[in-house]
This record gives sequence, C-alpha cells and structure tokens, in this order.
Amino acid sequence: MTPTPPPEAAPRLEVSGLEVAFGGLKALDEVSFEVGDGETVALIGPNGAGKTTVFNAVCALVQPRRGAVRIGGRPAPAATTGLAAAGVSRTLQGLGLFDRMTVLENVMVPLSSLRGRAADKAAKARAVLSELDLASLAAHPAATLPYPERKRVALARALVTDPKLLLLDEPAGGLGAADIEALAATVRAVAAGGCAVLLVEHHVDFVMDVADRVVVLDFGKVIAAGEPDAVRDDPAVEAAYLGLEARTDREGVQ
Amino acid sequence: MDRLVFLLSTGLARGAVLALFALSLVIVWRAARVINFAQAAMAIVAVYVAFALTAASGSYWLGLAGALAAGAVLGALVERGPLKLVPRDTPLPGMIVAIGLVMVLQSGLAIAFGPDHRPVRAPFSQRPFLLGDIPVLSAYALFVLLLAGGVMAVLALLFGRTSLGLQLRAAAFAPETSRLLGVRVPRMVTAGWMLSVATAALAALLLVPTELGLNPHAADLLFVNAFAVAVVGGLDSPLGALIAGLAVGVLVSLVTGYVSAAAAPLAVLGLLTAVLLVRPGGLFAAKEARSA
Repeated sequence: MTPTPPPEAAPRLEVSGLEVAFGGLKALDEVSFEVGDGETVALIGPNGAGKTTVFNAVCALVQPRRGAVRIGGRPAPAATTGLAAAGVSRTLQGLGLFDRMTVLENVMVPLSSLRGRAADKAAKARAVLSELDLASLAAHPAATLPYPERKRVALARALVTDPKLLLLDEPAGGLGAADIEALAATVRAVAAGGCAVLLVEHHVDFVMDVADRVVVLDFGKVIAAGEPDAVRDDPAVEAAYLGLEARTDREGVQ
Repeated sequence: MDRLVFLLSTGLARGAVLALFALSLVIVWRAARVINFAQAAMAIVAVYVAFALTAASGSYWLGLAGALAAGAVLGALVERGPLKLVPRDTPLPGMIVAIGLVMVLQSGLAIAFGPDHRPVRAPFSQRPFLLGDIPVLSAYALFVLLLAGGVMAVLALLFGRTSLGLQLRAAAFAPETSRLLGVRVPRMVTAGWMLSVATAALAALLLVPTELGLNPHAADLLFVNAFAVAVVGGLDSPLGALIAGLAVGVLVSLVTGYVSAAAAPLAVLGLLTAVLLVRPGGLFAAKEARSA
C-alpha cells in the first residue's frame, strides 16, 4: 500500500460540501472552505452555528453525511487517534488538561505515542514550555494553575508535536488583554512557521488581528467568507449577529 | 511482647500480598472502570499454570514467570473477548460479565483438576527466624515482602516515569482527549488488564503456600479482603492500596492472633464500614472525578 503523493498545491485543510446531521437537525449544510499552509482562518458565527461541529468533523469525532475533509491533499484520518500522525493538533474549549499530571507531563502526552528517545521528547516539551513562558511551572500539577496558565498549557500541548494544521477552539476566551496579545503573537509565529491555523473564536478584535481570512457560519451554512474587514461590513454577517428580528422571521417563530 | 512482634511481622507479609492484589484491582479500575470480580478466579487459573510448570520442570521460578505470563494473557483475552461484547458506557455490564467468568473459570478448574486442595511448596522455609528468643519473619515471608515491594516499585516507575505509563494514565483519566492526542486508548485498556491480572496472579501465587493449598477457590478470601483494601484506600489510588493493604494485613494478623481467625473477616468489614462512613471515596481518593 503506497500512498499516492499529494498534489503540490493541495491546501493543508480542504473542507468540501460538508453536511452533518444530528437526527433531523442539519448541523452543517454544504460547508466548504480551505486553509493553506501558513494561513490563519477564523471560523466565526453565533452560538450553535456549527463551528465546533466543523472541528469535530475534521477530527473524526462526528461522521459527515455528505462531503469530504482532506488534509494535505489526502482524506482525513477516519479515526481520531490518527490525527496526530496526520500532523493535526487541536485544543478543546474545556481545555481537557490532565489535572493530576504535572504541566510537563501534560505536554509530554502527545509525544508519548511517537517514536524517539525519551530525553529528546522531554527536551522538546521543555522548549515549548519555555516559548510559552511556562518553564517555571513544569513540575506543578496542572490542577493548581490559574486559568490563563491552563490555557497556555493546552496550547503548548497542541504545539509540541509541531503540527501542520492547528485547530484552536476559542483560544482567547476568558483571557485578559495582555494574555490575548501574547496569544496573538504566538499564533502569528506559528503561522509564520508554515502551520495552517483554523480557529473558532468569539473575540472579534482578536480575530481581526490574527486572521488572514474569516469564514462566517450561521445555522450550519457559510454565509460569508473573505478578508476580515470585508466580512465585518457584510450585511448578512451583521444580520446573523445583530439582526434578531431577521432571524426570528427566518425561523418562523412567534 | 514476643507474640506482638511476631504477629506484626507476619501481618506485614500478609499485608504485602493484600496490597499487591488490591493494587491489581486499582490498576484495572483505572484502566477500564471495571471492578473485576473475576480477578481471583483469573489469578488462580494463572497459579494452576505455575503449578503445572513447576511440577513439570522442578523450577519454582519458571512457574512464577509462567504465572505472570498466564495472568497477562488471560487479562488480554478477557478484555478483548467477553468484555468487548457488552456496552462499556456504564460499569454494570462489565461487572456482571466478570461475575459470570468467576463461575465459568472456577467450575472449569474444578472439572479439570478436581476440587481438592493441592499442597504447594514455598521456595523458602516458612519457619520464622529467631531474633534473640523472639520469632520474627520466616525466609518465605521476607521473600514475599521483598518481591511484592519490588513489583510495586517497578509498577510505580512504569506508571510514573515511562511513555507507556504516561499513556496509561492519560487514557485512564480522559480517554476522549487522549485519542485526540494520539494515544491508542484501546491498546492502553488492554495493557491495563494485562498488568492488572499479572499482578493479581503474582499475589495469589505468593499467598497459596501460606494457605491450605491450591484449589479453585484458594484466592476468594484474598479477593474479598483486597477489595475491602482497595475501597478503603480509594479505588483510584495505588498509594492507598499499599498503605491500606499493609494496615489490613497487620489488623488481620493481630485479630487472628489475639482473638480468633473467625473474627478477622469481621474486623476487616468493620474497618471498611467505618471508612465508608467517614470518607465514602476511600482514604486516599483524589478529589476530582474522571472527565471524558
């Protein structure tokens, strides 16, 4: 079984015609977009628009009814465990830290199933912790850290495998201005290193700051996509976020 | 005084076996969220393998290695076999399968080898050393203490210091997150079962020479006491299993020596009840629950 080499120009992440349904409810409907290497794309939209469902479909946590996810020109792994090998890292909204482990152990987990010398893995984990200003906390149990530090540990855990595609689920949520600025610098640096970044985020200023392109979802459909400034002025986007009257009309309630 | 020293020292050896068996219950609970009621029956199957190997080769050590290997294989077979057939989102189906296994394995052993107690010789003398005039540990009890301590140290290193141990812990406490991070969770569950049953097999092997002999039910009381130990220590806590195991071993030894052997199980149940009343999660239970 020799995998065919992917086409040179294949985007890092290609989502095409994705349809996901939970029972009778279409969570995603004909969703298509791409993220290229070194590009940062933000997925925005009101609560329940389907943003996290896109992540879950990419991570094989939900099975799409139609459509395809391709990573680096190849079909995305069918099992969640295969993501790491495909160069995909993801952070979770709930962070999902191992509270009983130390910070260093948390960051070592994604490396633990990979080949290589234990000393090299530990060195790599410590290097990432240093980059994110967590070196002094390496031996602390994750459970004892304040929230911004916990978020940085989750980010370090996602970055430690040098992913080619990074999925960030609300990375700025719950952070103060200084932490968001540091996060933006990290995201820019990661993208500058060639990594494709897809993020789900509610924090508009952060999105405008780091995203090269923005994809807007509403009721599972892409209602706008493009550069941040253009998307911000799009009337359909304004309606989705602010036009509650328009929404109730469309839903046909009350 | 002499009697107290003797009872304390034999209690420690008994406690080491209890702690080892309780640790095996903790390992499989952490790995698979199953209380393996078949642990004693599975461990005794492995001891029969050891008995047969030792009888055929004349080497205790070959039998010991055989018990560990048989325990690991049996753990993998049960996890990949009958337990795969039942839903895993609640613990009850797995426990019921385990109870069924007890009947199948113990009846199978009785059919194959008969219900008799087969005498099993210890590899070292069971006569206590004399320290001055005071009888203390026997050579075999010392061997049990050292081997149980050594195995626990190896397990502590395995879980605390190796990549495999890190994956086992990650998979145990957050299986879904672990999958996202590339940990092969099903493999870790199997590995947990293998480690667990091999550990239980060793504990049963160490116990049998100090009891009436080998019989399909030879580890039943060990399971009951070790289960109490694991619950007293906190089912999630290896350290709890160790400390509670030694404590219960000494308790059983003292009650047997000063009151009567019949009162020992009552003392264990009394301790279990008292701990559950004060700390329902066990003495060393961690505060947070497992997350998905």
